[in-house]
Amino acid sequence: MSKTILTVDDSASIRQMVKFTLTKEGYNVIEACDGKDALTKVNGANIDMVVTDLNMPNMDGITLIKQLRTQAKFKFIPIIMLTTESQDSKKAEGKSAGATGWIVKPFKPEQLITVTKKVLR
Amino acid sequence: MAVDVHQEVFIQEAQELLEELEESLLELENDTDNADIVARIFRAMHTIKGSGAMFGFENIAHLVHDVETAYDMVRNGELTISKDMLEYSLKSCDVIKEMLQDAAIKADSPEAVEILNFFRGCQNKPQEAKPEAPVDNIEETSTADERAYRIRFKPEETILMQGTNPAHLLEELEEMGESKIIAHTSSVPPLAEMDPEKCYTFWDILLTTNKTENDIRDVFIFVEDDSEIKINVIDDFTTEDDHYKKLGEILLEKGDVTAEALQALMNEKKMLGEMLVEKGLVKPEAIASALEEQKHVKEMRNKKAAVESAASIRVPSEKLDSMVDLVGELVTVQARLNQTAVEDLNPELMKIAEEVERLVWELRDNTMSIRMLQIGSTFSKYKRLVRDLSRDLGKDIELITKGEDTELDKTVIEKLGDPLVHLVRNSVDHGIGTPADRIAAGKDGKGQILLSAEHSGDSVLIQIKDNGKGIDRDVILNKAIEKGIVAEGAEMTDKEVYELIFAAGFSTAESVSNVSGRGVGMDVVKRNIEALRGTIYIESTLGVGTTITLKLPLTLAIIDGLLVTISDQSFIVPLSRVNECIEFKESEYKTESCRKILKVRDELIPYVKLRDIFGIKDGVPDIQQIVIVELEGRRVGFVVDNVIGDHQTVIKSLGKTFKDVECVSGASVLGNGSVALIIDIVKVYTSIE
Repeated sequence: MSKTILTVDDSASIRQMVKFTLTKEGYNVIEACDGKDALTKVNGANIDMVVTDLNMPNMDGITLIKQLRTQAKFKFIPIIMLTTESQDSKKAEGKSAGATGWIVKPFKPEQLITVTKKVLR
Repeated sequence: MAVDVHQEVFIQEAQELLEELEESLLELENDTDNADIVARIFRAMHTIKGSGAMFGFENIAHLVHDVETAYDMVRNGELTISKDMLEYSLKSCDVIKEMLQDAAIKADSPEAVEILNFFRGCQNKPQEAKPEAPVDNIEETSTADERAYRIRFKPEETILMQGTNPAHLLEELEEMGESKIIAHTSSVPPLAEMDPEKCYTFWDILLTTNKTENDIRDVFIFVEDDSEIKINVIDDFTTEDDHYKKLGEILLEKGDVTAEALQALMNEKKMLGEMLVEKGLVKPEAIASALEEQKHVKEMRNKKAAVESAASIRVPSEKLDSMVDLVGELVTVQARLNQTAVEDLNPELMKIAEEVERLVWELRDNTMSIRMLQIGSTFSKYKRLVRDLSRDLGKDIELITKGEDTELDKTVIEKLGDPLVHLVRNSVDHGIGTPADRIAAGKDGKGQILLSAEHSGDSVLIQIKDNGKGIDRDVILNKAIEKGIVAEGAEMTDKEVYELIFAAGFSTAESVSNVSGRGVGMDVVKRNIEALRGTIYIESTLGVGTTITLKLPLTLAIIDGLLVTISDQSFIVPLSRVNECIEFKESEYKTESCRKILKVRDELIPYVKLRDIFGIKDGVPDIQQIVIVELEGRRVGFVVDNVIGDHQTVIKSLGKTFKDVECVSGASVLGNGSVALIIDIVKVYTSIE
């Protein structure tokens, strides 16, 4: 069965790019436009991995990661954060919230695929 | 192109964002302290920048970067909004809009430079608008020489909570080259105290690869901050000397033991590893890991040496055959030497005999391994076969092969060809139905045949497994009754019914097709396999599929046999078949009926007296032996006088004169020069039945 990946980003073009790239690799992709939207969409769904932006309206990525990690279903799934700021502070904040890894924007589709294959086996 | 689709979406999105941005900027003009608006502006800039860079609008990203930074400073209270700033922000919106329309406008166009300079001025940055050097991810070419690395990976206990599965990382390393992984489990607490969500294990990985240390570090990129990761080169295979690191050196290098403690111990004369563990200085796993490292390096060096001298030579196969013959003779002579030495009680001679024995065995194994071929070469021809056949029959079948590198004796592989072709044909023809049938049965229209080979002890298992209709036992049974092979109303197990397929003249195909159904099939297959001293059996579930398993000996020329005697004659039973030997007192089993059944540990076992089969009458001892062998999944006993022991059996054929003799598959010369017949127990048993 193909694995399901949730992409959370307020930028439609990034979401489309993530979806396009990962769908082509045979994954199932669900989109959400911010943290709040993401939390409603994961409700009842089986998600194998999350790719989330950090800076979003309504609920930012860090809060989303923290919220997801409190749910038993998402306690151990890989969560990748997309950051523009490659500063270590943001990375560390995300990691301590429970993120598995990160991709620094701008990134190429191949980078996304490599990271996905790395954390989602 | 895909990028164009993405670009279009981005342009649309950016335009919306710019409108929003403009609106927000105008609002901000009237309400310069509103943090919400600043945050909104920042986010819009942020998105434009992030997405812009991804879809080929580097010029926009470059421009927005400094504007964004300025608003970030406003957000953090390091900068206050000025009228100029709003002016320039609006201007930047216009420039971005133009850039969206016309990608030719560069980040160093006059307007852009003006904007940049202004915002950089706000940040007290040098006012030169020089575009940042593009970051090229030129991948490090990893054509480095092979090196052996020692990697210690000690993850934080909470690694699992961050969604990282350490096993994936280890897998990733394994894919990089030749590796050995040693797990250190000594810090795993007792079950009662253990938190299953934590990771208590750490690993030593020995990896020989041509990748660089950076490549290895990349594997751990997401965990390197919280985990202990040590990567050392333990061998670069350049030194020519034969020096291998000693156990102590390795432990010292890894920091598992201190130099002083080591020195103190070195003065005692014992195995270092044992001593360290005894004294509790080092955990047993650490020693195991270090020893593993020694082994790894050694192996990799040897392999390297082997590759370097990997020149192979072609030799006519007759030469190999005659070499095997010679080795066979040598084994026989060696047996004689042994016997003489034992009888003479000459210690000097015995010593020589033992040495010769060791050498002969090594020579035997070596010679046999030279004759081994990979079965893969024959597998490929079945792919073509399946493809052609399934097209002829209008079926959609895929052949999957597994275990191509399994090695078998050359002769066995040669003789295996025809039977395998037959079995594969059968699977295509009878096993797997047409796509329509399959879909009707709720299966994928594409059928699958799995052809696999694997080692199992001293034999090789070859399986032909299909996911077809399976065997309908009633169809088989009815056919057999119709052909008079089985009496009507006979009660038979599934196994026995499947055996019927191998009966001579049995074919169930309604009409003779181009592919199979001439009824010369399976009995010939079975005979061929048995001629190779192999066995064949069928498992099947109706509607699910059929598996045919061939069990073949690794080699034909020399086998391990069990030497037994009846009266003054010697016989050999193939040892691979023997389960156990027990004593047999005929008087205890005298029953009124002539049924020969023995009770061994509450299991009833039929037995056969070899004495009767070979017509040997004289000298029945009081206590006989019964050799229990496994035949087609059943245990059967063979009564003999004495069991001597195992014997390296060089198989000699009996020649043309005796080729029709059943029950005997060959002969072997014993140490004392006498001949022992090799019993074909399958034939013996079926002849009794």
